[in-house]
Amino acid sequence: MEWSGEGLILGTRRHAENNAILELMTRERGRHLGIVRGGAGSRMRPLLQAGNTVAVTWRARLDEHLGTFTAEVVTSRAALLMASPVALHVINLIGAHLRLLPERDPHPLLHDAAHVVLDHADDPAVAGALMVRLELALLEELGFGLDLSECAATGGTTDLTHVSPKSGRAVSQLAALPYADRLFRLPRFLGGDGPESLQDVEDGFRLTGFFLERNVWGARGTSEPEARIGLRAATVKQAARDL
Amino acid sequence: MSNRRVAGPEIERLIQLLAKVPGLGPRSARRAALALVKKREALMVPLAAAMTEAAAKIVVCSNCGNIDTLDPCSICRDERRDPGLLLVVKDVSDLWALERSGVVQSRYHVLGGTLSALDGIGPKDLSLDRLVARAAEGSVKEVVLALDATVDGQTTAHYVTDLLAGLPVKVSRLAQGVPIGGELDYLDEGTLAAALKARTPM
Repeated sequence: MEWSGEGLILGTRRHAENNAILELMTRERGRHLGIVRGGAGSRMRPLLQAGNTVAVTWRARLDEHLGTFTAEVVTSRAALLMASPVALHVINLIGAHLRLLPERDPHPLLHDAAHVVLDHADDPAVAGALMVRLELALLEELGFGLDLSECAATGGTTDLTHVSPKSGRAVSQLAALPYADRLFRLPRFLGGDGPESLQDVEDGFRLTGFFLERNVWGARGTSEPEARIGLRAATVKQAARDL
Repeated sequence: MSNRRVAGPEIERLIQLLAKVPGLGPRSARRAALALVKKREALMVPLAAAMTEAAAKIVVCSNCGNIDTLDPCSICRDERRDPGLLLVVKDVSDLWALERSGVVQSRYHVLGGTLSALDGIGPKDLSLDRLVARAAEGSVKEVVLALDATVDGQTTAHYVTDLLAGLPVKVSRLAQGVPIGGELDYLDEGTLAAALKARTPM
């Protein structure tokens, strides 16, 4: 068995003395693991950092084997992003989120979204907003998508300002008025209305966090990843600095 | 291939154990065992005694996390070291590497790993409370984060920086860039980019 392609590195684990188990997100084959011979050595280790994109060839005798990768860096992001705590949280959180997907199950939308987020990883407002979008896409791909296209009460498609925690559907400003304290605020950037502010980003994280907790983390016995807590804190810190 | 034993169970067990030492495989373990057997009095017996003694006496320093036969360790006891400079390292092997270089006369703090979501290592698994307590003692003026230039290492470095933010200590980290003797042609793009970003005036 053999295939070649590109993949985003989600993480590496040491295997024996000199080898590494590389975890990639590929467009056509989803999350894919394989051994890199010499991957823990001084020559390969700097290249196999989470956040980098690599061109790989995977080989195995049978499809169900772990197999081996030969890898060459295509885009080296990690070294530049390491100086930014926000970017490191983004790299780690993308790994944590994409690890929720089953292995070898293609999710091209999430693959593309992860690349877009990484390309803006050092700007808290932009990275935060993109991460909220990625989390919405993740919920959708896992079968728990929200419906933000129209108001759950009136069917209207404009002036959508809130989201119902019960149904996961958008609610218009007028319909939300009597229940506003029990609904989530819909960030303006998700309604396609205006640029993202850091307050909107935090609203977005609160919204996706609730549904991820209820439908994904809770069901798997895990909790909000440390990287997400860190990214939210960095966003809040940035908002305080901007005031 | 034949899987016949060439020696008695005691020697086979010695080979098996030696093969678990980093850097030794089954073949090199066999060679090492043979060398030990041949130099039984000169090497094997003293080595066994040294290992037994070390195994009985080795303790983890309750102050810095270093491995020594004393608690506090020899480094923490050394009064010639600068008490104002605290180097934070991932593991004892990093501490030994810095000590080999002989460039600093500082004290150390061994974290015991780096944060890693993949390996399930969180803040509670690292010696962070003790680090904060040491940094808050008053004698420490600067904390140098001598951690790996990897995503996990730098995530830990930023986490520690946040933890120490409220204390009156300077927090710095090691420089990143072109290694001594390194030829640009052979460096990876990431290292080159980091080196350019951290360039210094001549």
